[in-house]
Amino acid sequence: MAITSVKNLKEFSTNNDRFEGAHLLCPGCAHSMIVRELMNCTDDNLVISSNTGCLEVSTAVYPYTSWDTSWIHIGFENAATAVTGAEAMYKARKRKGTLKDPDAPVKFVAFGGDGSTYDIGFQWLSGAMERGHDFTYICLDNENYANTGGQRSSATPIGATTSTAQAGTHSYGKKEKKKDIVSIMAAHGSPYVAQLAPNKWKSMAKGFQKALETEGPCFINTVSACTTEWKFDPKDTIHVTDLATDSLMFPIYEIIEGHELNILYRPKNIISVEDYLGAQGRYKHLFKPQNRHVIEQIQKDIDDNWARLQRREEARI
Amino acid sequence: MSLQGNDNRGIRELGAEKKVGWDEVTQGVALNSFVGESENSAFLKAEERNYNDFNSYTATVASWRIIKPVYNRDICIDCQNCWIWCPDTSIISRDKQMLGIDYDHCKGCGVCVEVCPTNPKSLLMFSEAKDNNEALAGWPVKEKKVKN
Ligand SMILES: Cc1ncc(C[n+]2csc(CCOP(=O)(O)OP(=O)(O)O)c2C)c(N)n1
Ligand code: SF4
Ligand code: SF4
Ligand code: SF4
Ligand SMILES: [Mg+2]
Repeated sequence: MAITSVKNLKEFSTNNDRFEGAHLLCPGCAHSMIVRELMNCTDDNLVISSNTGCLEVSTAVYPYTSWDTSWIHIGFENAATAVTGAEAMYKARKRKGTLKDPDAPVKFVAFGGDGSTYDIGFQWLSGAMERGHDFTYICLDNENYANTGGQRSSATPIGATTSTAQAGTHSYGKKEKKKDIVSIMAAHGSPYVAQLAPNKWKSMAKGFQKALETEGPCFINTVSACTTEWKFDPKDTIHVTDLATDSLMFPIYEIIEGHELNILYRPKNIISVEDYLGAQGRYKHLFKPQNRHVIEQIQKDIDDNWARLQRREEARI
Repeated sequence: MSLQGNDNRGIRELGAEKKVGWDEVTQGVALNSFVGESENSAFLKAEERNYNDFNSYTATVASWRIIKPVYNRDICIDCQNCWIWCPDTSIISRDKQMLGIDYDHCKGCGVCVEVCPTNPKSLLMFSEAKDNNEALAGWPVKEKKVKN
């Protein structure tokens, strides 16, 4: 496969972007940083599908498309189904000899938001993973249903205020913890799953390339900072993502064949989760005395998870 | 009710004359990003592509901006931080060099300024109304590190 060099940014920047401007995502939206990087890390033809969500509605506003590759949208929940259908058709036509250019390298990729990945499209994703198609599913995890006004999803962390789990006098926001989608996907027997972040562009590009190169169904959860719903200044998207990875709220790691866990980023200085929470309006209420216990809970969960990941990395099981 | 229209779209209907196979179905709505045969665009720079009117590259979101980034070539080290993190494909880089900003597609988010590592920065935000040459003429000088 024609993977492109990610040795350094200068070389990486010689790629010709295939995700076009004048899409309608918010200024500073991380979704497009992630999509651009995926499309730049290979020269292969791409067949891409998207679930309904910010990415889809903003890049296919009739009569415009922002995609320079094949791209399909069907419904909220079925990006995985659509692209694995295309993959099955491609394989069948290759076998029948009805492809125009059977030797052209093609990769199949699906993008879904956390709402469609963790919740509404979950069984469709699970089915596609189980059927073993050769594709890569990338979740753009902004921890809420952003396109419809910021409802809570099962990816929303405990303590965040959302339009359907609002903080107020009697509530500190969402009560439930975030679903561990990476472990769930690894448990499907996927050959490659990872959690990656756009501020760490090199590990993200390398992870994308590994997933594209690996035969079989691969899954990547990407951290996608949402300026509108997380409530921070659009210029700070990378800064907030740095705080997310340096506080280990979003550890960066991969799991190969369901057991070989590799941590891909170890912060030199692990920062307190307060620094991450304090940079976003959706956690503002947690700093009130009566809600402080939620911050302590979040910090404890982060510490436990980091210890668990390191033990799993060592144990290789 | 006539179902005739569906024939052309390749949808199999009871009683329809022409039945098509699963691998002959044509799309419901399809927009071509390029005019004519689509080459693999990975091998073509934007200026070498034959964009279709449907491609959002041909549209503009310049009116979204109230502030804009201005680029100062004199200080830039071509690190490409601004290129990798621009969410709107608006940093024009060719042959490892930063050439400038695509003001048709830039929304003025300011991310490029935040990630620019030079001192002073090679990109700064100004009011949309400010003249670029004026902005460059008044560019700040190197900030001294304050010792505590
Ligand atoms: C079956 C179905 N349910 C609900 C919707 C309405 N809807 C459209 S986009 C969206 C939110 C998408 O959230 P997410 O998947 O997290 O993507 P984001 O917009 O946050 O990137 C919802 C609820 C729909 N289109 N289809
Ligand atoms: S609401 Fe959030 S995810 Fe959606 S376009 Fe805006 S910043 Fe991006
Ligand atoms: S202001 Fe934002 S959109 Fe404009 S060039 Fe900079 S990063 Fe890109
Ligand atoms: S981030 Fe700054 S120094 Fe680096 S290429 Fe862009 S303008 Fe030049
Ligand atoms: Mg979402």
